Amino acid sequence: MRRRVIDAAPALLLVLVLLGAWELYVDSGATSSSILPAPHTIAESLWGNAGLLGHNLAITAEEVVLGLGLALALGFALGVLIHLSPPLRRAFYPLTVGSQAVPIAVIAPLLVFLLGFGLLPKLIVIVLICFFPVVVTTVDGLAAVDPDQLKLLRTLDASRLQAFRFAELPAALPAAISGARIAVTVGVIGAYIAESQTATSGAYSGLGHEINADLSSLQTSRAYAAAVVLFAFAIACFYTLSGLERRLAPWANQSRGDIR
Amino acid sequence: MVSRPGADPLNLWGNARGGSPVSTELQSRAYLTSRGTNANDGIGLSDVHRAYRDQRGTSVPALAGVCMHADHGELLAVVGPSGCGKTTLLELICGLQAPDRGLVECAPAALMAQRDLLLPWLSAVDNAALALRIAGRPREQARGRAGELFAELGLQGFERAHPHELSGGMRQRVAFLRTLLSGKPVLCLDEPFGALDAITRAEMQGWLGRALQREPRTVVLVTHDVEEAIVLADRVAVLSPRPGRVRAEIEVDLPHPRSRTDPAVIALREQALVALGMGNA
Repeated sequence: MRRRVIDAAPALLLVLVLLGAWELYVDSGATSSSILPAPHTIAESLWGNAGLLGHNLAITAEEVVLGLGLALALGFALGVLIHLSPPLRRAFYPLTVGSQAVPIAVIAPLLVFLLGFGLLPKLIVIVLICFFPVVVTTVDGLAAVDPDQLKLLRTLDASRLQAFRFAELPAALPAAISGARIAVTVGVIGAYIAESQTATSGAYSGLGHEINADLSSLQTSRAYAAAVVLFAFAIACFYTLSGLERRLAPWANQSRGDIR
Repeated sequence: MVSRPGADPLNLWGNARGGSPVSTELQSRAYLTSRGTNANDGIGLSDVHRAYRDQRGTSVPALAGVCMHADHGELLAVVGPSGCGKTTLLELICGLQAPDRGLVECAPAALMAQRDLLLPWLSAVDNAALALRIAGRPREQARGRAGELFAELGLQGFERAHPHELSGGMRQRVAFLRTLLSGKPVLCLDEPFGALDAITRAEMQGWLGRALQREPRTVVLVTHDVEEAIVLADRVAVLSPRPGRVRAEIEVDLPHPRSRTDPAVIALREQALVALGMGNA
């Protein structure tokens, strides 16, 4: 516990310094509080709207977690296919790269038209944004398997499938989770984009929706409070996945510097 | 060489297009005509040639007319200057490559590479039992069979340890156990103790000699350590610099265990060093 406090101290100190500078900048009157609220105003708003923000966080968290899980599963499967079949690699890889460049606003009306106002169109947007890093790290993880390792399995009479199972699959799993770790931060932005671009029904519509509504009604401090919640959520997701990766692949972190 | 991802980039499983060091078509044709099985569990190579292509596509001969054989239960050591094609030789014996010319007649062979190549996600006992799992034995049965040998190799208590928790010498022993448990009549050992410190290496050499006395196999031991070759082998083949061919064969007709300070061992070592062109005679 004591070590954790010491480990966290630099980050906390940096946050305090940045918040102090921010507070001074706003107090100096250089901007209006409807453009940039002071940290203490945001903190008040966070406290005052805890229930509302909590409900919206639950909506957004569900989107991100489900979307990321789907992206992880699909990205891993696609990465394996791309690795095992050179023709599939040539067919899918350029499209996979291109999928990252599709402006969501272009396809959002189509998604809503096809899938309605529920969770599904938002999940598709998040998956579209998240699965690319998973595919790339999976393919790289599979390709990085030591060729001598495969030779060894060959001399032990392993079939191609057994070589995949014993040497390549276990190497690719932590790589895929590493990809998901990169994806989770863009996934939070993805949830914001999904909520902005696809229409919603229901009382609570997620933090992204909340931010847009607050900005258009000049409740800037509440928009900032919602952004703070997203910010903390992204950090929590990242470290959860780091922990998962360490647990699933304790060998992988023996020699590699990891962000903890 | 950057390994290109693909179904089988090294063409280890036969039918991949490209990625093999030399033209696949040529290779498979040569393979079919030149690889026989050796009925008496030994190995025999006659007039074996093998070249590989470097990055510019020029053909570099690795082996030029190698002849050697080992009978069942014999330990043949191969020594030679670095880059003389020793690793290519082992891959030919194991069937990972095919000769461009010549005949390779070998009983099925298992390879122990220079690096231990243990799978980091498997425990020591699961690594040792890998061949049994591949052969389709149930996990517990495979573990039991491998576990029996752990005590003999001084590995008891480390069955569940993962490779990163083991010392270099222990990892080599697990790798050797994996090779032994493949059940192949021929074992190809590629500088198995090269990466170890002198004390561990001496321990491992003694231990290898005892393990082979209990479970005799035909062994091809590639090493750069002439002394190690004389202490362990029944016969030592000395290779020339690249392209490799057998320059001399030295019979080691001495009782085991051999001491490296034995005058007979020292005399044979001198003989081998002279054949390598490094003797002080």
